[in-house]
Amino acid sequence: MPEPVILLHDLTKEFPADPPVRALSAVNLRVEKSDYVAIIGPSGSGKSTLLNTLGLLDRPTGGGYRLDGIETTALKDRARTVIRGSRIGFVFQSFHLLPHRSVLENVMLAEVYGAVPRAGRRERAMQALERVRLSHRVGFPPGRLSGGERQRAAIARALLGEPSLLLCDEPTGNLDSRNTDAVLDLFDELRDQGMTIVVITHETEVSDRAGRRVRITDGVLTEE
Amino acid sequence: MHPRDLLNEAVAGLMARPVRSALTVLGTVLGITTLVITLGVAATAGNQIVGRFDELTATSVTVEVPENPVPLVDWADVGRVTRLRGVVSAAALAEAKESANLSVRSNDIVDPTRVTDQTLTVVAGSPGLPAAVKGRMVEGRFFDAGHIARGDKVVVLGEHAAKLLGITRLTRAPAVFIGTQAYTVIGVLGDLKREKNLTGAVVLPPTVGKRYGLSTVTRVLVNTGLGAVELIAKQAPAALSPGNEALLQVISPPSPTRARDAVEGDVNALFLILGLVSLVVGAVGIANVTLVTVMERVAEIGLRRALGAARRHIAAQFLLESTLTGLTGGVIGASGGIVVIVAICAVKQWTPVLDVRLALMAPAAGAVVGLLAGLYPALRAARMEPVTALR
Ligand SMILES: Nc1ncnc2c1ncn2[C@@H]1O[C@H](COP(=O)(O)OP(=O)(O)O)[C@@H](O)[C@H]1O
Ligand SMILES: [Mg+2]
Repeated sequence: MPEPVILLHDLTKEFPADPPVRALSAVNLRVEKSDYVAIIGPSGSGKSTLLNTLGLLDRPTGGGYRLDGIETTALKDRARTVIRGSRIGFVFQSFHLLPHRSVLENVMLAEVYGAVPRAGRRERAMQALERVRLSHRVGFPPGRLSGGERQRAAIARALLGEPSLLLCDEPTGNLDSRNTDAVLDLFDELRDQGMTIVVITHETEVSDRAGRRVRITDGVLTEE
Repeated sequence: MHPRDLLNEAVAGLMARPVRSALTVLGTVLGITTLVITLGVAATAGNQIVGRFDELTATSVTVEVPENPVPLVDWADVGRVTRLRGVVSAAALAEAKESANLSVRSNDIVDPTRVTDQTLTVVAGSPGLPAAVKGRMVEGRFFDAGHIARGDKVVVLGEHAAKLLGITRLTRAPAVFIGTQAYTVIGVLGDLKREKNLTGAVVLPPTVGKRYGLSTVTRVLVNTGLGAVELIAKQAPAALSPGNEALLQVISPPSPTRARDAVEGDVNALFLILGLVSLVVGAVGIANVTLVTVMERVAEIGLRRALGAARRHIAAQFLLESTLTGLTGGVIGASGGIVVIVAICAVKQWTPVLDVRLALMAPAAGAVVGLLAGLYPALRAARMEPVTALR
């Protein structure tokens, strides 16, 4: 049996305060390759904290997290950074595109910090943009794209380097329903191509499309 | 991370806010320009003084002997100056108004159409004259003590005078007539470094010069070793005319060291401080703007961390951005400074002294200023937690 992409074991995150805030409480989660999981829950329930932990942007205070079979909690910052850059693609609610760079340059940025050779970077970025059907916008600055196009550019950037995991934090939060549909269609396609997707959302429209829904309430995870 | 990518990102970061970057550069430009001008003008002005007191002038002393009922300096007295420690050569000269424009003719008529009758200055000189004017005998020899003692009717011609008279070789013992009196030309004196006007003169032995009013010494030319000039200028009058030294007038170069110190003192102290102050102001400006930029680009820092940037990558980018800002300021400042130096030199008619090291060090100094100014902002950027940065 192959290693799951994500394997959380009693994952706990406490923020130092008086009394300490327990944002994640002994979370257990297993996400297999090609799973499409929606994490839902009310505001302040711990969704972002979970996503940050899954994305190796933040460290848990307890428990274990295996990504692609690698136990990450004991790793040093540098190793976590390398794994983050090579195995995880992020999609943010606010796109996080650099406004002064073209769509193509924004996508190519995903390869700047890795060990991937520079040669062929442009071609790989073009292919990623093709996957999100944005080949006609490569030279555009993000400011001249529609919201949906911006999010697709950001998804292309997340796809560059073939990550094991696509982590999306409210990816349709800033989009109208038509653009939301386009992005969700894209996620379906990517899932069909074997991509593992974890989406945080409070929109049922989004969670309904996911193959699996996980609810989080006050840091406690329950499968739906 | 590939260095080219780092450079790309830094340049793109600067170009994203072109006006701000340009204004930030300005601080360093002002500082470096001031420094380059200060150092460049100091070097040029310093060199100007060194130039004015080149080795020749820096070792030349002239003692002028005024007319006196009893001659103040005798021809033989020059010997005492020559024996002073630090004197390289010395000679006495007699010049008179009445001998300044005498008709001199050559008997050696090579070319009949040529006018050989010339109006020339006739002077009397002591045997040390060729050495004293730092010249050389182009032809023949200078008269010696024997010629002088015997009162031989011989002359030495300045090179130009010889040319005017059509005398090129001495093999046929050419003669010149001063008025009606014939003199044998025994030598031609050329390549004068001092008293260059003597090239057009006829030089007589002192004993012969008497009849043209050239009996008493009017000037003594002294050459000293480097650094001895001040001492010799003090000692020469007493050696020439003990007891009458106050009557003699000594012409010696002003102390070059003091003049140079004065220039450097004036120019350097004030402007160097000014340049350093503007450089510090420029550095504070870069630090300030880079810090503001870091705060504005928090989300970008978070994104880069999410894309796999390590802390050192973030630090490197902001350091490179501030260093490039400083370097640009340094390059523009150095160029501007050099233009100003050249302009000052054009106005003052100085020869610009542009030290290559200065032209290279100035941009480097700008880069270092930028690097130092970027340290704190870069550290702040690198320390940022990715979660915080992305929030
Ligand atoms: N840096 C922090 N310091 C202290 N408490 C925090 C911090 N980040 C999040 N929390 C707390 O953790 C809980 C979960 O937050 P979060 O994961 O952002 O929830 P969600 O994304 O579901 O709205 C909340 O109570 C929040 O106040
Ligand atoms: Mg949240």
